Amino acid sequence: MAGDSATIETGPREDVHSPVALSVQGLQKIYSSDTGDVEAVRDLTFELRQGELVCLVGPSGCGKTTLLRCIAGLLDPTAGTVTLDGAVVTGPPKKMAVVFQEYGRSLFAWLTVRQNVELPLKNAGMPKAERQKAVSEALHAVGLEHAESSYPWQLSGGMQQRVAIARAVAYKPEVLLMDEPFAAVDAQTRADLEDLIRRVWKELGVTVLFITHDIDESVYLGERVLILSNSPTVIQEDLTIDLPADRDQLTTRSLPRFTELRTHVYAEIQKAKRGKGGDA
Amino acid sequence: MTAAASTSSPVSPTSPPRRAHGRGAPLPSWVLGVLGIVGFLATWELVVRSGLVEAEYLPAASAVLREIAELAGTSEFWAALGRTVRTWAIGLAIAASAAVVVGLVIGPSRFLRRATHSTIEFLRPIPSVALIPLAVLLYGTSMQSTLLLVVYAAFWQVLIQVLYGVGDVDPVASDTARSFGLGALARIRHLTWPTALPYVMTGLRLGAAVALILTVTGELVIGGGGIGTEIALANSGGAVPQMYALVVVAGLIGVVVNLVARVVERRALHWHVSVRREAL
Amino acid sequence: MKVLKSIAYAVTLPALLILLWWVLTIDSTNFYVPKPGELATTFVDTWFGERFREDVMPSVARFAAGTLLAIVLGIAAGVCIGSVRWLRSLLEPMLEFFRAIPPPVLVPILMVLIGINDRMKIAVIVFGAIWPVLLNTIEGVRAVDPVLVDTARTYGLSRWQRLRTLVLPSAAPQIAAGVRQALSIGLILMVISEMFASSSGLGFTIVLFQRSFAVTEMWSGIVLLGLIGVAVSIVFQVCERKILHWYYGQKEVQHGR
Repeated sequence: MAGDSATIETGPREDVHSPVALSVQGLQKIYSSDTGDVEAVRDLTFELRQGELVCLVGPSGCGKTTLLRCIAGLLDPTAGTVTLDGAVVTGPPKKMAVVFQEYGRSLFAWLTVRQNVELPLKNAGMPKAERQKAVSEALHAVGLEHAESSYPWQLSGGMQQRVAIARAVAYKPEVLLMDEPFAAVDAQTRADLEDLIRRVWKELGVTVLFITHDIDESVYLGERVLILSNSPTVIQEDLTIDLPADRDQLTTRSLPRFTELRTHVYAEIQKAKRGKGGDA
Repeated sequence: MTAAASTSSPVSPTSPPRRAHGRGAPLPSWVLGVLGIVGFLATWELVVRSGLVEAEYLPAASAVLREIAELAGTSEFWAALGRTVRTWAIGLAIAASAAVVVGLVIGPSRFLRRATHSTIEFLRPIPSVALIPLAVLLYGTSMQSTLLLVVYAAFWQVLIQVLYGVGDVDPVASDTARSFGLGALARIRHLTWPTALPYVMTGLRLGAAVALILTVTGELVIGGGGIGTEIALANSGGAVPQMYALVVVAGLIGVVVNLVARVVERRALHWHVSVRREAL
Repeated sequence: MKVLKSIAYAVTLPALLILLWWVLTIDSTNFYVPKPGELATTFVDTWFGERFREDVMPSVARFAAGTLLAIVLGIAAGVCIGSVRWLRSLLEPMLEFFRAIPPPVLVPILMVLIGINDRMKIAVIVFGAIWPVLLNTIEGVRAVDPVLVDTARTYGLSRWQRLRTLVLPSAAPQIAAGVRQALSIGLILMVISEMFASSSGLGFTIVLFQRSFAVTEMWSGIVLLGLIGVAVSIVFQVCERKILHWYYGQKEVQHGR
């Protein structure tokens, strides 16, 4: 592990003793095609403790999405295992929800906002009254109670992503995966949504794995940041973010510590791009 | 009137190519396609050979194929085929030119578009076969009878697409052309026509399929020579294998027409930047 | 005001055309072209009597039965074929061939296979009208957005839920386009099957009028077929707008941007 600055502490935070929620062991994914094999992910090992908010950041094209799809059970890894609550993931697990980057395409255009949020609950067989309540709460949490009978395509991009988040929240997953969820929304909306994620995470105590290519975002959001190397992908560094728990777009981002951490992550990613620090 | 034409042109512009990995197709799709054809012929042969259906009503595939080979050796067959193709081509040409002219006149004017809308929407769904008695009354069993049906049916297909195409002209481009002092004719030539061309091609593809249906229908019901008439003759003469052979030939003409129309359309769409959904 | 204006737009041209027709035939003795008034009375006399029950209703019933069957079978088979990749590759060339056969040539074939009866006429409609529905359903099922498929999978939607809330709605615009084609083919085949082999029904009656040179009656039959075509198209459009309101809404939004 490369630790340039002595003040940066690496490794999972020691004082967290909650049980492991999600564990990825020696994960490898090779795509075979006619033109030869492509190794998207080489050897990934990391753990998420229950209730943690961990950001995964890496240069673009480093296999972040492949990793997410493997964790979500949408893709079979070539080698290694993903374990959720002690059970090996072989298909999409029940207690996991995913928020995709393409909000416009992950919502059902023929269902209203409320129906979109309700669908997974209905499918899970939740009784109607309970379902109604859960949906209303989730919509309230993301500030969309006024838009519940609109259709997704009538909403702005940021609001559509809120619907996707509400759907995930209402589902009450143990682990929430987010795949660059804010990459396609404007900067102002993005800041709002970041705060929304922090709030939801704190209120629900859910374990969150947040994948992003944005360094600022990863440092601002995460309790821990996992830095990925360029493909083939391995974990280059596991960094604890020792910023105060109450974060605020203005004050947190202007803390000297924030700048230090950001610079550190930036340097690591530059190294990853050059392909130096990756061979763990 | 709309008919059996494909809507397989660009369907969902946002969806990326499907995942190519995973289980992995053991056989390329064209091999499967050939297998499908062979399987179909074999099943057909078996159904007849086993006596499930009497050969008197459904001759075996081999018998029909033999019949096609025999037909291909006669000059009458080629004359009939030539006649069908000629009627089809003339009908399509008349319908398409008329539709393009009418479309270019009506399309650019909002007033004309609105004034003709109800009339077009009323005339379009009239099944062109309703005109068969009129055609017979006017032209007897000559080729004109069938042409009347073909032109009527194909005209609407092309017209609707031309109107869509003309409606697609960018208003900014139109204003620009006006401000540069381009006259009405020059605007049609340099702006309206190029914009509408891909739509015209789609209209031609749809119209070509409809025109073929009506050509064969006219020949079948009215008479006057061509593949359709040959089918009617074979039917009334009890020449069952020949009838099947001619039906297969009619299907093959249809396949060729569809393939050619699709290639032509794709050529025309090639330079058209925006992938659009076929106007339904 | 706006409503009045659009009514004026919708009515003016047809009214002008009828007026023109009326003026041109006012002292005409043209055998082939009846006068508007004459045609109107003949239309009522000819079709709103016993014929309505004897000829029109059975024809329309056969059309409805045949196309409905074609639509249901086409969607069901299309969903199955569209969701299994190898099956699709296996069957697609065959299906393209069947679709390319001009449907009316099926009439003589089914006459031989089934005989001349109602079942044959319905079978003709089913065999002719099923292809556009089937092929469009396959295409629509295949084009379901992969992100949406992933979403459905991560929330563990059951097979039935996936079909009902994901596959069918997402393929619905394509299916609707196929159904529209199926309806017009069905109407053609309804007429053709009766012209070819029947002693009753709309198609038969119109040809009978033509053969006996009852020109005004023949015209009234053409008008009736036209009206049926228009009615079917209106019913279809109303249903389509209702079922696909989200699709048109979405398209409008995308165009607006």
